[in-house]
Amino acid sequence: MGKFSNEELLNKLNAEFPEQLTVVGEPFGLLTLETGRENIIAVLSYLKNDAALQFIYLTDITAIHYPEEEKQIGVIYHLHSLVNNVRVRIKVFMADGDVHIPTATELWNGANWMERETYDLFGVIFDGHPDLRRILNVDDMTAFPMRKEFPLEDPNRVDKKDYFFGR
Amino acid sequence: MQNHPVYTDNDPQNELSTLNLGPTHPATHGVFQNVLQLDGERIVSGVSTIGYIHRAFEKIAEHRPFYQITPLTDRLNYCSSPINNMGWHMTVEKLLGIEMPKRVDYLRVIVMELARISDHIVCNGVLGVDTGAFTGFLYMMEYREAIYEIYEEVCGSRLTTNIGRIGGFERNFNTIAFDKLRKFLKTFPKTLKEFESLFNRNRIFIDRTRDVAAVTAEDALSYSWSGPILRATGVDYDVRAMNPYSSYEDFEFEVPVGTNGDVYNRFLVRNEEMWQSLRIIEQALAKLEKEPTDIFHADVPDFYLPPKEEVYNNMEALIYHFKIVMGEVPTPTTEVYHSVEGANGELGFYLVNDGGRSPYRLHFRRPSFINYQMYAPMSRGMLLSDAIINMSSLNVIAGELDA
Repeated sequence: MGKFSNEELLNKLNAEFPEQLTVVGEPFGLLTLETGRENIIAVLSYLKNDAALQFIYLTDITAIHYPEEEKQIGVIYHLHSLVNNVRVRIKVFMADGDVHIPTATELWNGANWMERETYDLFGVIFDGHPDLRRILNVDDMTAFPMRKEFPLEDPNRVDKKDYFFGR
Repeated sequence: MQNHPVYTDNDPQNELSTLNLGPTHPATHGVFQNVLQLDGERIVSGVSTIGYIHRAFEKIAEHRPFYQITPLTDRLNYCSSPINNMGWHMTVEKLLGIEMPKRVDYLRVIVMELARISDHIVCNGVLGVDTGAFTGFLYMMEYREAIYEIYEEVCGSRLTTNIGRIGGFERNFNTIAFDKLRKFLKTFPKTLKEFESLFNRNRIFIDRTRDVAAVTAEDALSYSWSGPILRATGVDYDVRAMNPYSSYEDFEFEVPVGTNGDVYNRFLVRNEEMWQSLRIIEQALAKLEKEPTDIFHADVPDFYLPPKEEVYNNMEALIYHFKIVMGEVPTPTTEVYHSVEGANGELGFYLVNDGGRSPYRLHFRRPSFINYQMYAPMSRGMLLSDAIINMSSLNVIAGELDA
């Protein structure tokens, strides 16, 4: 497995960013941290550029929506240190109505489309992104379809009512 | 590229033409559009538009029980559906903490490696077609058919396979499947050898592909590339070797890498991967000899759908069937990221579970989507005909691009 343990990684991060990171857990051996959006770029670039850690590979950026929480929208980064074979997951939660987060495109070119996809599906605005347009859906769409309030099917449909199926 | 004249704004020769490459163009092999600004045959700039077959799988998945998400994964990279299916099953099994018997692991390895071969057959064959060599494609396509026939024996379908279940396979491999597999292993290497001798040192092919769309390892990593195209740049990142799943650690195989990441290197890497896949399948068959022949799923009645005849005739099976279908089996509230080495790169499943019958959130890390975003930037300054073969060698599959 990895060349350093999650504990060592956490100690290094805590020394660099005291009291700015919260540990969410370690599901299936993948260290999961939470931080604020004001720190996220500093944390990501530290992870990427530190000579020992070398999280040079951005595996994925995505988001999640918890409508009942105060901070509804979470952006989730998966990083992978290819040299050490360690992965880490970082989450940033934001309140609805103020879903702004700095872009990671300055660190990784590959973040461009991942952030566009996240914007398209969740309405997360990545400040400083060079080309923040919708990517999968049409440009004139107004909703953000992966949010939980967006219905899977048109609620006005009448051909799928329960009584057609004897329910 | 170096001798390309630079026109000023007032120059009467400064006339660029706009070309819509796609969304339905025979050379793009899929539904996606590139609006290119051309100066003669040179590409000055390009904008990629994707999303033509976006089917909202992530949204649909939030409303489906786990076992009904497998058919959705079929339709990601439909050239190698079994890898997607297995990746999804393994994600759920990781979430539920199900340990697989070795025999199931080996059977899965066989199916996944066959899928990898069939994907590479299409990609490299079509790359030949795009460079003007149709023969190789016809030689190789016959063996994709042979692989599809093996799928048919295992699961009944060919392209969108829906192969296996959470907890194992839906039925055991029959003897015809093994016979067909052995026949394939016997006949395919000869054709692959022929295919390689047609291309590898073919002057026309080399002139057409060498140094075309060369990518440095730094760029490839910055764009989060994965799979054969990343390995063609010299980075030996292979999920099978780095984070082994499904008992890949039991197998001996090599991770082929290229040097400068051009189209020729990608072609060679894919060919070599087919040899390595064949090697893995041979080893898996040898290992299967030592395993009991009647095990094809794990003993997890809470999650593995029982066979229908059992459901109708056996009380316990009926209860389990009901519990699984109605979603009355509790699942852990946690999150899991699992990735497999798809034919195009790291295929990841990020699953957030809230204990219900369907995922709270499911995200597919789709290698084609992430690999393709470099296409427009890297096309700048390239000849249009080079951009076409660059696209074939990226092997962008529209289903995986859009999800």
